[in-house]
Amino acid sequence: MTKYLLEGATLPDGAKCQILISGGVIVAMEESILHPDVSSARRIDLGGAIALPGLVDLHTHLREPGREDSETVASGSRSAAVGGFTAVSAMANTFPVADTAGVVEQVFRLGQAAGLCDVFPIGAVTQGLAGKALAELGAMADSEARVRIFSDDGNCVFDPMVMRRALEYVKKFDGVIAQHAQDPSLTVDAQMNEGSVSSKWPSVAEEAIIARDVLLADHVGSRVHICHLTTAGGVDIVRWAKARGIQVTAEVTPHHLLLTDECANSFDPIYKVNPPLRAESDVMALREGLADGTIDIVATDHAPHPAESKECEWSAAAFGMIGLETALSIVQLAMVDTGLLSWSQVADRMSHAPARIGRYADHGQPIAIGSTANLTFVNPSLAWRVDRDLVLSRSKNTPFHGMELPGKVIATFFRGEPTVLDSILVRGPRAI
Amino acid sequence: MSIALSAADISRALTRISHEILERNGGCESLVLMGIPTRGAFLSQRLATIIESIEKTDVSVGTLDITLHRDDLRLRPIRALVPTLVPKSGIEGKDVVLVDDVFFSGRTIRAALDALGEMGRPRSVQLAVLVDRGHRQLPIRADYVGKNLPTSRGEVVKVRLSEIDGADEVLLEPEGSK
Amino acid sequence: MRHLLSASDLSYTEALSILDTAAQMARVSDGPIKKLPTLRGRTIVNLFFEDSTRTRISFEAAAKRLSADVINFSAKGSSVSKGESLKDTAQTLQAMGADAVIIRHSASGAPQRLADSEWTSGVVINAGDGTHEHPTQALLDAFTIRKHLKVGVGDLSGLTIAIVGDILHSRVARSNVILLSLLGAQVILVAPPTLLPLGVENWSAQISYDLDAVLPHVDAVMMLRVQQERMNDFFFPTAREYSHYFGLNSDRLALLKKSAIIMHPGPMNRGLEITAACADSARSVIVEQVANGVSVQMAVLYLLLAGAPNENVESGEVLS
Repeated sequence: MTKYLLEGATLPDGAKCQILISGGVIVAMEESILHPDVSSARRIDLGGAIALPGLVDLHTHLREPGREDSETVASGSRSAAVGGFTAVSAMANTFPVADTAGVVEQVFRLGQAAGLCDVFPIGAVTQGLAGKALAELGAMADSEARVRIFSDDGNCVFDPMVMRRALEYVKKFDGVIAQHAQDPSLTVDAQMNEGSVSSKWPSVAEEAIIARDVLLADHVGSRVHICHLTTAGGVDIVRWAKARGIQVTAEVTPHHLLLTDECANSFDPIYKVNPPLRAESDVMALREGLADGTIDIVATDHAPHPAESKECEWSAAAFGMIGLETALSIVQLAMVDTGLLSWSQVADRMSHAPARIGRYADHGQPIAIGSTANLTFVNPSLAWRVDRDLVLSRSKNTPFHGMELPGKVIATFFRGEPTVLDSILVRGPRAI
Repeated sequence: MSIALSAADISRALTRISHEILERNGGCESLVLMGIPTRGAFLSQRLATIIESIEKTDVSVGTLDITLHRDDLRLRPIRALVPTLVPKSGIEGKDVVLVDDVFFSGRTIRAALDALGEMGRPRSVQLAVLVDRGHRQLPIRADYVGKNLPTSRGEVVKVRLSEIDGADEVLLEPEGSK
Repeated sequence: MRHLLSASDLSYTEALSILDTAAQMARVSDGPIKKLPTLRGRTIVNLFFEDSTRTRISFEAAAKRLSADVINFSAKGSSVSKGESLKDTAQTLQAMGADAVIIRHSASGAPQRLADSEWTSGVVINAGDGTHEHPTQALLDAFTIRKHLKVGVGDLSGLTIAIVGDILHSRVARSNVILLSLLGAQVILVAPPTLLPLGVENWSAQISYDLDAVLPHVDAVMMLRVQQERMNDFFFPTAREYSHYFGLNSDRLALLKKSAIIMHPGPMNRGLEITAACADSARSVIVEQVANGVSVQMAVLYLLLAGAPNENVESGEVLS
């Protein structure tokens, strides 16, 4: 394995030092390293970029198997790497559904083969995401993929008894249920946020499920994770639950930190997403919740769709936006540049905390001697313009096309090897 | 810029035209004057007043908006429509005199003839204009002309009437002036 | 104004100019020869993804009275029902040289999508989209109100208009609230709370749950159709209870001012939101609304299609 001497980087706390990587591990960190490996190491100048622990996404739709026209594990891995991610979590709503050990192992191995980041499959909670019978959670947990997060994302685990059983069952292997909180009967035919702009998709449909599930998690003493929180009321409920000591964690997507339901006024389906974009007051509450730790993490809900799924009228369009390549920039724009989060806190919300929730031991480690060298370097003063034709995802459905965003990922190191240098994808250790 | 017709010239021209209309039609019994907005409508009112003072009887007057029949709609920004007012007696079997201010290409009158046809079948249609400046593009002629005014194509003939312009006069402006 | 997608696209002046133009168009419709050459050679497509015979034939009549060529494209039984996308349909119409597309769609925002896309360069007119808007209906309603209560001129200031029924799902109500208030009228929405949208308090209209209390104060009452399927979605307990509280009947007719008019965008559910006696009463202008619809649509087509394609026209031959 190549040794790397990384120069000119700033740690999240502001300290400047060189980082020496050898054998996939950080072996030295000093202002000026004196180490026998320095002479044989490849020197890389990071030009003042901020070093972050490799980003970890707990909510990624990689579409393989089944919808390889919109994304594959390999293309999603490339997209993740240039976005600064060293681990992503592949959602279960594939075709076939990732509800058996066979499917999750397949996805896991595709990720290994791509070799640009770890791809940790998320298992379905119920068979076929149908919300009726539990999938083989134990088999998935014990598989090579070592699944710890289970979610029917796209669908809500609506039946309270099914949810209760799932929460109880995953205690066996320290798993967590990631809930897509959406009461289906309150959101029949829902297309947009219910508010001044449009009707049908009320906040309460999300909040009622969050409230129920934190109470269930409390009751059975298990871990529940709330996917893509979008409402001020939801933040309040999670805050209340945490104060009670309930084991709840929550995520927010970059797009819900920035965009509001005003975007839907254009009826451009690029803004059609589940859960929907909400009101400005919700966006502010989400930022506040992420800042004070009520919301533990940022997760992308990267949801690739082919052009024809968005080049149509709103109601016929698919829900979702891609997000891996813009996530860190949006967080900087919405949270760092507004003074709500420090870079150390960004490291927590986008790496330490998600790795902790997913039990991804090799990820989210502090940038310290002995840690696995999963690292992301971002230059916060470098602005760039989003161009959907340049994304590495197979799909182009970004709502940020044409926007100038702050903060460019300069380099990503995955297990000690660069996947991105000078903001350009380099072939990983086992890249295709 | 020069004054082609003074207020007195206009007044004399209208009086003469009134007499010619009466003479040609043998009175005003079946007469309907239809003015083409904007200034043709005021001129038709003036002609009616003169004719009434001569004949001591009411004359039917109306206005005819030709906008929807114009052939240059696509060449210009959209125009607002003006009311078309047909006298109660209608135009069926009547002698209709179209009244306009300036007679130029003939296209306005072509449009007016189409617009009239949509309302009924007059016995005859005649044309009275205050100024004929020439340069016809269609085989149309005027029956009553206030003044023949030789012009070049680029010159601008501007009719001003006291009802909306504050004074009666016809101006001839050189090419390019606005 | 390049398209007509929403009542909110209209300025006060533009709205009045449409009504004034419609008044002139009405004269044509009343004349012996209901035909003008104005839009000769222009192609107008009625693109209907949702059944609505009355709206389609109304626009067809309007277009034909202005001598436009009309192509009716109904999604039923067409390639659209076989999965053809809006984009492909629009590009097909573009290839056929459509100068205007009149679109009716069950999806809110479909007309806007068409107008914002590069799929067609034609004028887009919204003839009703989902639960969003129906601007020409609002214009014909304003025209009808003005004709009866304002002798056909000016705006609607000083008038109070009640819109009664399923406001939640009604594109007609949405467009009317925007347009009628723009023209100075006071609008009162009357419905059970289940049929009022969340955030309705931010609309420029008053809200009431009590029809009897409202009727004596209004100059016009507009009854909205109650879709049969709403009854299965718990919006109100039974049709009988709905009629009892929100239906227009002879007793309620007696509460109205002498001059007040009764309106309905159609098609009516006689016996549900309005009794036959009210619908057919002398104060009902429901049939006249249909005729006014043609005049208003002619005005819209004239104003959007007759002029130069863009504002910067070279100073060509000016006729005189």
